[in-house]
Amino acid sequence: MLTEKILFYVFAAILIFAASMVVTVRHSVRAALFLVLAFFTAAGLWLMLHAEFLAIVLVLVYVGAVMVLFLFVVMSVDLDQGRLREGFGRHMPVGLLVAGVVIAEMVSILSIDQLAIVAPESAAVAVNNVEAVGQLLYRQYIYPVEIASVILLVGIIAAISMTLRGRRQSRYIAPAEQLAANKRDRLRVVDLREPASTDSTAESTGDDN
Amino acid sequence: MVTLADFLVLSAILFAISALGIFINRKNLIVLLMCVELMLLAVNTNFLAFSYFLGDLHGQIFVFFVLTVAAAESSIGLAIIVLLMRNRGSINVQDIHELNG
Amino acid sequence: MSDIKTICSIIAFAPLVGAILAGMGGRIIGRAGAHTVTIAGVGISCLLSIRLLMDLLATTSTGEPVVYNETLYTWLESGGLTLQIGFLIDQLSATMMVVVTFVSLMVHVYTIGYMRDDPGYQRFFSYISLFTFAMLMLVMANNFVQLFFGWEGVGLVSYLLIGFWYTRDSAIFANMKAFLVNRVGDMGMVLGIAAVAYLFGSLDFATVFANPAVHSETTFQILNGEPWSAITVTCVLLFIGAMAKSAQFPLHVWLPDSMEGPTPISALIHAATMVTAGIFLLARTSPLFELSETALSFVMVIGAITALFMGFLGIVQNDIKRVIAYSTLSQLGYMTVALGASAYAAGIFHLTTHAFFKALLFLAAGSVIIAMHHEQDMRKMGGLRKYMPITYLTCLIGTLALVGFPGLAGFFSKDAIIEAVKYSQLPGADFAYLAVLAGVFVTSLYSFRLLFLVFHGKERMDDHTREHLHETPLVVTGPLIALAVPSVVIGALAMEPMLLGNFFGDSIFVLPGHDVLQGLQSHWHGAVQFALHGFTQIPFLLMLAGLATAWVLYRQKPELPGLFAEKLAWLHRVLLNKYYLDDFNQTVFAGGLRGIGQFFWRIGDVALIDGLLVNGSARAVGAFAGVLRHIQTGYLYHYAFAMMIGLMVLMSMLWFVIQ
Repeated sequence: MLTEKILFYVFAAILIFAASMVVTVRHSVRAALFLVLAFFTAAGLWLMLHAEFLAIVLVLVYVGAVMVLFLFVVMSVDLDQGRLREGFGRHMPVGLLVAGVVIAEMVSILSIDQLAIVAPESAAVAVNNVEAVGQLLYRQYIYPVEIASVILLVGIIAAISMTLRGRRQSRYIAPAEQLAANKRDRLRVVDLREPASTDSTAESTGDDN
Repeated sequence: MVTLADFLVLSAILFAISALGIFINRKNLIVLLMCVELMLLAVNTNFLAFSYFLGDLHGQIFVFFVLTVAAAESSIGLAIIVLLMRNRGSINVQDIHELNG
Repeated sequence: MSDIKTICSIIAFAPLVGAILAGMGGRIIGRAGAHTVTIAGVGISCLLSIRLLMDLLATTSTGEPVVYNETLYTWLESGGLTLQIGFLIDQLSATMMVVVTFVSLMVHVYTIGYMRDDPGYQRFFSYISLFTFAMLMLVMANNFVQLFFGWEGVGLVSYLLIGFWYTRDSAIFANMKAFLVNRVGDMGMVLGIAAVAYLFGSLDFATVFANPAVHSETTFQILNGEPWSAITVTCVLLFIGAMAKSAQFPLHVWLPDSMEGPTPISALIHAATMVTAGIFLLARTSPLFELSETALSFVMVIGAITALFMGFLGIVQNDIKRVIAYSTLSQLGYMTVALGASAYAAGIFHLTTHAFFKALLFLAAGSVIIAMHHEQDMRKMGGLRKYMPITYLTCLIGTLALVGFPGLAGFFSKDAIIEAVKYSQLPGADFAYLAVLAGVFVTSLYSFRLLFLVFHGKERMDDHTREHLHETPLVVTGPLIALAVPSVVIGALAMEPMLLGNFFGDSIFVLPGHDVLQGLQSHWHGAVQFALHGFTQIPFLLMLAGLATAWVLYRQKPELPGLFAEKLAWLHRVLLNKYYLDDFNQTVFAGGLRGIGQFFWRIGDVALIDGLLVNGSARAVGAFAGVLRHIQTGYLYHYAFAMMIGLMVLMSMLWFVIQ
């Protein structure tokens, strides 16, 4: 029990530290890395909550895919990092005040006796967590699973279609076409002379009166 | 003994930190998105805490779906950031205020 | 008696048919067609009315007058009240019918000559026929609603005819004034009719007059609970209607302005018929008035004021028609005084004689106006006697009848009124007696003034007019002669049966205590004796005094009137401004109402409702939104911050609940 408590507090401390760093460091890449740390720590906490499947999913999917994506974008967006973080110190006091008040209130509300629930005895379980989650997911929640997959599909399509650039205009001319051109297709002579009475001084190329 | 309240307090602190982050960060849109991810993490932790301490597995299912949607949402968010960078050349949050009253 | 029913229907509707034909088809049937059709209609009415009167006289003389009272058509029944068209032919209405149709016929014939050059010829004939129809419906009515229909009808046609030359501003002003003042009276009239309906539950004359005494003790509560006698209130309200229609003080202001209309209608409407509708109403409702001494007293005093003070105004007028108009006002006052003194028969008698000689005077004035090429200012006339002898003679007869020269019609009726007032016991009777006596002097003064200024003395017209001066054609002078005859004889003939015999029978009701004509009866020894006796009475002396004064002022020493005007300039000014009543009405009532309207428009409507409530609420919304919109800054961090604040507030509330 005590180890559990100590473990909990260590993880919680690291998590909070990482979160604060995400918010305050100047360099975007470092912020992303601190976020990765936060996720890992959270995965550890989730393991303590006997949510093994989700903890692994967090690491694999979230850190492995989403955070990598974040890093891609952070690095491809070439920003002047120095100028970026200026001035947020001005807003820090008010923000801290509000956040502090929120935390204080939450803590006082959450410290009521009804919420001081202790972990239940872990009975010998028939199935492991993955199997249990899977059974629940694919029996009761099959419909939401399908919808979630559709959401992912939509996400993919949206992201691609938004950022897709059209094909660059190229000035390539096919040689076969070039050789197949002739005067008959490209030139036409038009007569602009007067129809009935044409005097001798009329010009063949027609003037434009 | 770790109680439910401890986890809930932890989630609350994370949530507050990320809200603070959204508020004080005015120069970089990407950090904003990262704060959103933190918020989602806080909420997920909350769900899992309740699921564990009340012995109900449905909380984990909910977290599963939240993770799914969060992934989709962050990818689209980043795509938007790429577009913003492309079209405006800046991802300064202070420059994005066209939808004002 | 369907025979009488048909006759009555023809009497009433023949002029209407004539009016419609002349009005709608005026262009088709032409001028000659218009006057033929309308004269035929009114002529038939006149003949049939005379026949009805003869029949009635025949049956009256046997002691059993046969009165006809029947409903022609029931219009609607609503809540116990029945509105119907019906005819009541008794002595009172038969007399009125003859007067109305005869004078109307004379005016129709006269108009052929008078309006010869006018482009609105057919329209005029249509209007005067329509008027005859409305007036007949009024006098033949057997219930209050039909009487009111006729009342409004004559008011409408009067408006149309006063403003006949509608391109003239003064004519339009006059016709609006007439209509609006009559509206004031109509308000009283409608309230009076409503009171009758309320008290008696019916608007039928027969039902209402059957036993009015049952309500002699009933009271109405008006104005913070003070009980007023119901009969008094009803009678006063009805009299207010009569005050406007018969131009009593202070609702008389429309009559002088009504001279803007052509002279034939001044003769027909504003001398003989419409203005007498009020007198007729009071005689008709005599059973009600007899029960209220307050109302009778009120009537008498108002009549006396009108009789005297309007006469004063006639002395300073320069327009020939205005003099006769004020004379009409004064004589209407006499009739009203008679009614107030419960001498209804005398009032109706004077109405009859007055109809003839006043119409005669107006038509004679019209004849003069035609001859003078529509010049109406007496200061530009003079010495017309030798150019227009017939007009002069008829005018002289009319004037003598008006001033009450013994033997002529006006003498009998006027003296009857003066005697009747002498015997009356009501409060205010003394004032009334003095007023009517003084009125004789004043009447004589202005009448002879008119005669001397127009027909005698120096010729003051310009040469061009004098060359064209000649007697007017027969269509004009014929009616003058026709009206002169009754002006002479009808007094002597009709006095005894009308006033002292029981001619009116049950059509007029007089309480025994009020019967002032009884006193007259005791002195009566025949018309001739009455006339000869008249030479020794005070009225005759007053008349002579008036004649002498007029002679001196306008024949012997013409510079005297000017001197008087200078010395008594303030009095002259008051009289010229008609006691400032017109100015009072213009500023106080008209101006006041306009002011109230302006106030409600500018402040109530524009400022309050439009500006404050409607536009103001729109502006308020706009202003509020203008402030609120700044919350939407577009910055994400502001929105997130707002959410945090909201969360904080909610949690505080939750925290307090948990505590």
